[in-house]
Amino acid sequence: MDGSDIGFWGVPLAMLAGAIRVSTPFIFVSLGECLTERSGRINLGLEGTLMMGAMSAYGTALLSGSPWLGVLVAAGVGLMLGTLHAVLCQLPKVNDIATGIGLMLFGTGLAFFLGKPYIQPKAPNLGALDLGGWSSIPQVQQALQVNPLFIFGILLAFALAWALKNTRWGLIVRLAGESVDAALAIGASVARVRLLATAVGGAFAGIGGAFLSLYYPGSWNEGLSSGQGLMAVALVIFARWDPIRCLWASLLFGAAGAISPALQSVGVTQGYYLFSAAPYVLTLALMIATCSPARSVRGAPGELGAVK
Amino acid sequence: MIDKFNIGRRALIGSAAGAAAFGLAGGAMAQKPLVVGFIYVGPRDDYGYNQAHAEAAAVLKKMAGVKVVEEEKVPETVAVEKSMESMINLDGATLLFPTSFGYFDPHMLRMAAKYPKVQFRHCGGLWNQAKNPMNTGSYFGYIDEAQYLAGIVAGMTTKSGKLGFVAAKPIPQVLRNINAFTLGARSVNPKATTQVIFTGDWSLPVKEAEATNSMIAQGVDVVTCHVDSPKVVIETAERAGIYTSGYHTNQAKLAPKGYLTGAEWNWERIYVDFVETMKKGGVPGNFVRGGLKEGYVRTSPFGPAVSDAAKAKVDEVKTGILNGSFAIYKGPLKDNKGNTVIAGGTAYTQTEPVLEGMNYLVEGVIGATS
Repeated sequence: MDGSDIGFWGVPLAMLAGAIRVSTPFIFVSLGECLTERSGRINLGLEGTLMMGAMSAYGTALLSGSPWLGVLVAAGVGLMLGTLHAVLCQLPKVNDIATGIGLMLFGTGLAFFLGKPYIQPKAPNLGALDLGGWSSIPQVQQALQVNPLFIFGILLAFALAWALKNTRWGLIVRLAGESVDAALAIGASVARVRLLATAVGGAFAGIGGAFLSLYYPGSWNEGLSSGQGLMAVALVIFARWDPIRCLWASLLFGAAGAISPALQSVGVTQGYYLFSAAPYVLTLALMIATCSPARSVRGAPGELGAVK
Repeated sequence: MIDKFNIGRRALIGSAAGAAAFGLAGGAMAQKPLVVGFIYVGPRDDYGYNQAHAEAAAVLKKMAGVKVVEEEKVPETVAVEKSMESMINLDGATLLFPTSFGYFDPHMLRMAAKYPKVQFRHCGGLWNQAKNPMNTGSYFGYIDEAQYLAGIVAGMTTKSGKLGFVAAKPIPQVLRNINAFTLGARSVNPKATTQVIFTGDWSLPVKEAEATNSMIAQGVDVVTCHVDSPKVVIETAERAGIYTSGYHTNQAKLAPKGYLTGAEWNWERIYVDFVETMKKGGVPGNFVRGGLKEGYVRTSPFGPAVSDAAKAKVDEVKTGILNGSFAIYKGPLKDNKGNTVIAGGTAYTQTEPVLEGMNYLVEGVIGATS
């Protein structure tokens, strides 16, 4: 045993590190979806937006040499896809779930198509801030390499929660989600509110995609998302439409995803397929633990899923 | 979920290709080129398994009288049967290479029974003369020979004595690579161990990065892998400043500092051979195997961190493999649970069928097959 061996302490540490590394896309997509759903609309297309964001960010970083410009472009692409979803949904007799699924397939397919030339080349990485300099343990230093987007995601969660609760703008978004009649009564344009909320939500998801391709795992390929965008949409329900809880849910999901490799790396090698399923088992368990037959899902915006 | 998209995309491409084939039928039929179909499980330019095949397919495209049709991102489901059928019926393919492991049974076998005049050759599958029809067959390279050499380099380069192996699934070919790599490392560094992490599937970039990072946290300083695209593993390791050993194709470009060497395929030897046999009216072999000697596999050129002593040792062992005097799997050999898997005095040559059913990890590997 040499000094670098910290044995089973590696597991919680690896889970912490996993939470920091893996959770960022979940944070951004779930916050985007949270905002959209609070305005009374569902956008299932964020998986496609995530892929388009990842692809466009990688392509931009590659061609311009600046990864942060890539993040900006990804946000812009997300904004456009969000706007597209919003505009389509405002047409009469259009179902937002069907449109969302359509845009998910469209976004993913378009990202694969346009991303072909970017699979091989190596784009500049966003890089990380070393927050672990105070520790002499290399594992802690490694775990605390934090990407600025992760910090931005945390701040965004708190900012969104505060804004939804305390600002006039937030009130109108919530009103559009809870009751169209009430929103109309105070003279707010429900259509415009939802348009903006969906577009901004798309931009968040685009940033999440940029994190995937430009930081972790840090390259563009077609298996990059493997359903993370969809999981993040589900996380919003799990988090009861609360941005802060979205943050915790994303962190939890990231940590649970790190269990399987972390346990295998300390020598617990039996049953890794089961450990790989840990995030999903955890989600189901928490859903069961928090549900109640006595009431409907708490925190659900009243207009959500209302049939037009 | 992903599979769902693929079928949509594939169906679209399939019908477009079909339309093109009908349009061109008059001109193409006149010369009757040999149509060869390649099916890949992932993208063709993934720095990995599929790229190794696609590079060889590109060589075939340059041959006169050969037409190559390719389809990528075909899942290991009934979707591959549809791909094969459309290649046979619409493109007139008479030689098919479904390259992914899971295509063989039952998909390729079912198509082979339905189209007895078409030749199917599968990469890696354990073809069995007693059970499988004669228009099918399998070919594979003994890439574990290259992995053994890469293991020697890893064993002589590591400082911590801990090597890492990111693997997809515990199937015989993967286990063989893990074992050969470990045996190579322990032949020069008896204290070295190989930590294995199975991700569960061939292409899971986030999991592969996580696996690499958790091994780095445990002090692993040389990492290699057996997944479809080593790009993520190699890049993650290079960023952390540890050494890497490549797989499938040469990844030196991704890790200019830490890339030691790698085990690479050289499929064009097999494909060109098969196609030439077909053009002469013959039938390609049903059970084609080869390693370093046949030129089916090779090692990547050494990276800057490899010592002269390691290079000399690799050359020495390589000479032994080439002239047949050296066997990788020889007894007494124990697995990592303490059971003897090869008795003392037994040495298996690479062609030994027992090795293709390998289901254990040798002593020195930290990991389990289930």
